[in-house]
Amino acid sequence: MSDTAPILALKTVSKIFGKGDSAVYAARDVSFALHSGRTLALVGESGSGKTTAARLIMREYSPDHGQLLFQGAPLGKADARAIKAYRSSVQMVFQDPFSSLNPAHTIRYHLERPLRLHQPGLTGSQRKAAIAELLTRVKLDPAIVMPKYPHELSGGQRQRISIARALAVNPKVIVADEPTSMLDVSVRLGILNLLNDMKAELGLALLYITHDIATARYVAEDIMVMYSGQIVEWGAMDSVLDNPQHPYTRLLLSAVPDPDRRFSDAGAELDQIETIRRRAALPQPEIRQVAQNHFIRPMPEDGR
Amino acid sequence: MTNPVLSVRNLVIDYIGAETDFHAVKGVSFDIQPGELFGLAGESGCGKSTIAFAVSRLHRPPALIRKGSEILVDGRDVLTLDDDALRAFRWREVAMVFQSAMNSLNPVLTIEEQFYDVLRTHTQTTREAARARAAELLKLVDISPDRLSAYPHQCSGGMRQRIVIAICLALNPKLLIMDEPTTALDVVVQREILQRIDTLRKQLGFAVLFITHDLSLMVQVSDRIGIMLEGHLVEVNDAQTIYHSPQHDYTKRLWASMPKLHGAQIVREATS
Ligand SMILES: Nc1ncnc2c1ncn2[C@@H]1O[C@H](COP(=O)(O)OP(=O)(O)OP(=O)(O)O)[C@@H](O)[C@H]1O
Ligand SMILES: Nc1ncnc2c1ncn2[C@@H]1O[C@H](COP(=O)(O)OP(=O)(O)OP(=O)(O)O)[C@@H](O)[C@H]1O
Ligand SMILES: [Mg+2]
Ligand SMILES: [Mg+2]
Repeated sequence: MSDTAPILALKTVSKIFGKGDSAVYAARDVSFALHSGRTLALVGESGSGKTTAARLIMREYSPDHGQLLFQGAPLGKADARAIKAYRSSVQMVFQDPFSSLNPAHTIRYHLERPLRLHQPGLTGSQRKAAIAELLTRVKLDPAIVMPKYPHELSGGQRQRISIARALAVNPKVIVADEPTSMLDVSVRLGILNLLNDMKAELGLALLYITHDIATARYVAEDIMVMYSGQIVEWGAMDSVLDNPQHPYTRLLLSAVPDPDRRFSDAGAELDQIETIRRRAALPQPEIRQVAQNHFIRPMPEDGR
Repeated sequence: MTNPVLSVRNLVIDYIGAETDFHAVKGVSFDIQPGELFGLAGESGCGKSTIAFAVSRLHRPPALIRKGSEILVDGRDVLTLDDDALRAFRWREVAMVFQSAMNSLNPVLTIEEQFYDVLRTHTQTTREAARARAAELLKLVDISPDRLSAYPHQCSGGMRQRIVIAICLALNPKLLIMDEPTTALDVVVQREILQRIDTLRKQLGFAVLFITHDLSLMVQVSDRIGIMLEGHLVEVNDAQTIYHSPQHDYTKRLWASMPKLHGAQIVREATS
């Protein structure tokens, strides 16, 4: 999606859960690439496979078909050293800042651990300085926050800790799975600004997964829309949002809360929800380019 | 002028602590008319769920409703109800869909049994009658009665959420409270659920107290909206006024921090 070589890519990856009649394609022929200094947003249906894509990147699942490429090289049969490098290069930030931090440990402990693992050479005071730097980076006051326990912080502060922890190992890629859905509007904007700054200052590549398409536009240059395991439309953010071509993308965008439209005057797409759902779930192998950086997988006609 | 279905007067709620009490709700008053959809918005921790629990009389210690507070449902003070009266009150007068309710269904019971549980506890009913009523209620939320024999894990999140709503409607409550009913769902499913609620409240005449973080969504569905800040209700107005000419600075700030889907993006200085 840009001229530079991608840092990380999925190439025609499929992931199937279950067997026979109950088999679910959580990923069907999924391809995308992450680039340094850019954010790619992943939006779509609940249960379409967004978290599965994140888990494939985190190597919690291995693909049933297809490949994961890191800096151009397939990771499948990589040696132990390459895998270790990969693990510290790719970090994840989760949706729930409550359950991803251990209530029994201080903030200092949460940040000390990754530093010990990835920079074992640091002395105690160097490590403390590194923690202070990380906290400052996520706009928290180290002196106040370091000795605190997670329950003594607000949701937004906790999410900043999760981000600081991810940054502790100097990653190249951050996967954020609904990092702000538990936070309210004013706090949410602070976290989104923080992600934007990280991208610009540290040259990180970001995958931002969300149900909130307006926040996706706030942080990402490119967007992918997922339905039933398939990426049905992708490309430059404003091209996709202003000129959506796949029926599911249109349905999704027509349902985004809009204070200018009362519920009583629902759009035409909403009358066809079931038809669109049925057809968008069928395999859509063909790819069609609709603009310079804008693609869809056209839906097959009914009955084929 | 009709009488309000809910009238909250000078509601004060504290969480009692070992050393100090936390003042969660600080003298809140508002009314909801029969059939009205009233939205309650505001920052995390401002006291929205605390109010929802108090109105449905589901609050538990350490929450303490202070003397002088009044919660009237159909003119009757629910804070003075004894246990028997409370049993009759719940589900019939006020029913509540909790934050993350879709995970609150009992995993080992079929959908039919979950309906039967509620109907049997509150009415004289046979299995046959309960099944027929459950089928009728499922149809209200666009779910086929075939699903009566399914278990919760066999239903999607959006479907489970609609089932919870159908159960809440089982005894024709006058007021339905929905606390963040669609937060984890995609916007298409969210829209389907709320559109359904909007139709049903017009058809069946119940009022709704709707709680969410999403101001845009709230303006789309609500008749009137109350904005809360740190335990105070700082602004109550009809939805279009809250959107087009918010009065309180805090309401203006909330709007200023909402990213836009099209056109010019909000400016960064909106955060503080
Ligand atoms: N470990 C698993 N075993 C079996 N099925 C799974 C597993 N993980 C996910 N699935 C199924 O794969 C599909 C995709 O799930 P996934 O969690 O990736 O969706 P999602 O897009 O993240 O949804 P949401 O928006 O609700 O978070 C769903 O049908 C889900 O039930
Ligand atoms: N059991 C409790 N003990 C002490 N304090 C509590 C308890 N429950 C809630 N609080 C506090 O009361 C305040 C109001 O909480 P409440 O759950 O009503 O907020 P809310 O507006 O619903 O927030 P959210 O949008 O995050 O759901 C918060 O500051 C919270 O920390
Ligand atoms: Mg997910
Ligand atoms: Mg709440």
